[in-house]
Amino acid sequence: MAAPRIIVVGGGLAGLAAVIKIAEAGGSVDLFSIVPVKRSHSVCAQGGINAAKNLKGEGDTTDKHFDDTIYGGDFLANQTPVKAMCEAAPGIIDLLDRMGVPFNRTPEGLLDFRRFGGTLYNRTAFAGATTGQQLLYALDEQVRRYESEGKVKKYEGWEFLSAVIDSKGQARGITALDLRTMELRSFPAGAIILATGGIGAIFGKSTNSVVCTGSAQSAVFQQGVYYANGEFIQVHPTAIPGEDKLRLMSESARGEGGRVWVPRTQGDKRLARQIPEAERFYFLEEWYPKYGNLVPRDIATRAIHKVVYQNGLGIDGQPMVYLDLTHIDRATLNRKLEGILDIYEKFVGEDPRDVPMKIFPGMHYTMGGLWVDVNQMTNIPGIFAAGECEYQYHGANRLGANSLVSCIFGGFRSGPIALEYARNLPAAEGDGGAAAELARQAEINGKLLKNEGTENPFKLWRELGQTMTEHVTVIRFNKGIKQADETIVELLDRYKKVNLSDRSQWANTSFAFARQLKNMLELSRVVAQGALLRDESRGAHYKPDFPDRNDEKFLKTTKASFTGDAAGPRFEYEDVDIQYIKPRPRRYDVAK
Amino acid sequence: MASKTVQLEIKRQASPDAPAVWEKFELEWRPGMNVTSSLMEIAANPVTADGHATTPITYDSNCLEEICGSCAMRINGKARMACSALVDNLEQPIRIEPLSKFPLVRDLQVDRAVLFENLKAVKAWVPVDGTYDLGSGPRVFPQQQEVNYPLSNCISCTCCMEVCPQFNEETGFVGAATIAQVKLFNNHPTGKVFKEERLRALAGDGGIQECGFAQNCVEVCPKKLPLTNAISDVSRDVLIQKAKDFLRS
Repeated sequence: MAAPRIIVVGGGLAGLAAVIKIAEAGGSVDLFSIVPVKRSHSVCAQGGINAAKNLKGEGDTTDKHFDDTIYGGDFLANQTPVKAMCEAAPGIIDLLDRMGVPFNRTPEGLLDFRRFGGTLYNRTAFAGATTGQQLLYALDEQVRRYESEGKVKKYEGWEFLSAVIDSKGQARGITALDLRTMELRSFPAGAIILATGGIGAIFGKSTNSVVCTGSAQSAVFQQGVYYANGEFIQVHPTAIPGEDKLRLMSESARGEGGRVWVPRTQGDKRLARQIPEAERFYFLEEWYPKYGNLVPRDIATRAIHKVVYQNGLGIDGQPMVYLDLTHIDRATLNRKLEGILDIYEKFVGEDPRDVPMKIFPGMHYTMGGLWVDVNQMTNIPGIFAAGECEYQYHGANRLGANSLVSCIFGGFRSGPIALEYARNLPAAEGDGGAAAELARQAEINGKLLKNEGTENPFKLWRELGQTMTEHVTVIRFNKGIKQADETIVELLDRYKKVNLSDRSQWANTSFAFARQLKNMLELSRVVAQGALLRDESRGAHYKPDFPDRNDEKFLKTTKASFTGDAAGPRFEYEDVDIQYIKPRPRRYDVAK
Repeated sequence: MASKTVQLEIKRQASPDAPAVWEKFELEWRPGMNVTSSLMEIAANPVTADGHATTPITYDSNCLEEICGSCAMRINGKARMACSALVDNLEQPIRIEPLSKFPLVRDLQVDRAVLFENLKAVKAWVPVDGTYDLGSGPRVFPQQQEVNYPLSNCISCTCCMEVCPQFNEETGFVGAATIAQVKLFNNHPTGKVFKEERLRALAGDGGIQECGFAQNCVEVCPKKLPLTNAISDVSRDVLIQKAKDFLRS
């Protein structure tokens, strides 16, 4: 029997990892991506990739990596898949090394490792400060090899719109839109793997790329896939505030010795270098002596908020703190961090080798995502998910440098399982529902193009981003979250009056954006309402009114399902797999 | 007092066959503005400087931090990434045009697939046996890594091809970006298994001898790739390969 075709949506690390495994196992892949896959958001990952290779004589083990990950995630992650990921990580690094990733090296020619947040071990392999770019290129090159052998067909510049689901509730393919010709088409497949990344765009400005809208996840959520732990959103402590986005300043800056501080005196007008050591407040080092500047991101982010908003110690009264590398020699900085230092210099106009950087937290990573089982399959048979778009590996807070490994691991796992699933799938009856789904999408498109009204989709999006950032990021109050949800409902209503200033049928970006926006709005309710219901504090989810973790009530995975009702999604809770490590209090001022 | 503004002139073209027109925009100045944030601003309020309603501008962008390679365009005559083009550093009116050497799609969006095809032609990959666990990779000393890493920083923006006088339909020249990748993969302990094939792929028409050494590529590269060094090194290897092939024949 001919190998069935598998559709992979998304060409970041997870998607490409899945493609490679399927092609290697003899399957054929149709790979869909909004951008040429080499331009996917994985290129933005900077600091490194974790694996307990123990090449520094520290006695690191995959068990310790597993424990750090579970503890860092505040015990919300199911432990079986996390354990498997940590055990696979050293082999993944070896493979990437064989593929030619230019990792930094020790004098003996071995892989070099550095420290990252939430661990006391040098566990992070890195290629300068552009590790994600280098990893993505390595996988992109392997996929190009399979493409030239005819095993992979790329559909770059196509946007996923929906899954095609047959009368038995099984996936049979997808519908997608050619962003250039605006052609709408359905594509059959034995299984589909979504690897569509994070949802940063619902917060307006974030460290995410433009394509990270969560539109694909939201589309299948609205078709019946559960969305899990949506309320867990990582705000990275160190980003460069900007007009169009918040640019990431990697945790590796602290891994290499960078120190976070503010002047001890409110409103100190002196330049950073004129402020003597004794008058600097290294608050992370003081508050968390054991981990110092390398506490996990949720902890560092809240500490920066406290120092700025409660203590009023932001630089020059602004919401900014120093991230200081100036005590490290230039040669070392260039060898290990050049990529990010160049970004800072280009966008801010100051050389961080001479002047401390000014940074502030920014929305960064989506811990929650499509609900999947241990086989990476969602509750709709034949729809798989891998990478940031699913929820499995990071619990309530992701540790730095765990994302790249989780994306590749999830992709590698999902590919062969999806292929096996498709091989055992009986043939579809008729067209498997393709014509009906195509008609549904054509109707949505037609209506949107003709819609009369006064609302600009880009403006609605800004309002969404403002309310989500204000109420559903670092510090959450139920009153504010309710307000955010009300705003979303209002925006959904105003969306009905959306008016495209461009009605053409050629490379119409407003049209594509307006379609994404509807999905963003629906998904935002999952995030906001999930946060509202979780009356505790855990990992990145922090409510001052409920400051403690409440395992009795909330050591549970949140599962949202779409209802189409005005009230929003329906929520249910599922027990977390804690069979290996018993939950214990999470603190970083002392060693675990 | 009127608030400070930013003047932009943008070359528009609704489709590959449509006529090109210039539209002027005037935006309120904000600190830290760059060209992509300006294009986003226009999308939220698509009105020209003289008050006419228009359409949002079509352009490629993604990461907005100069690492994905999407938003290359000509800004005040220079090929560069729009995201890192800070408005405060640009002379106004800021004139924005699409790259000129690639098929136009719409407005500032062009089709740069040729680069990815070139990468296929030179087998720009390391032919690993498989993705199963085969132990660690070859040893690479830091000195070698420091040569390879900069080459691996190429973001495929195609600025080097845009500014190259030899990159045109007549010569069919592959351009500097592809040549740099040949050097990178020929340097790799496993990747060099295809060294001869890669060099032969650069030996014919459109190959490395088309380079006229204008050195525009290395000047324009946003990631500072040592492109001219790569071209010299690969040129030498291509000549040696040609000589070897001649003697063998």
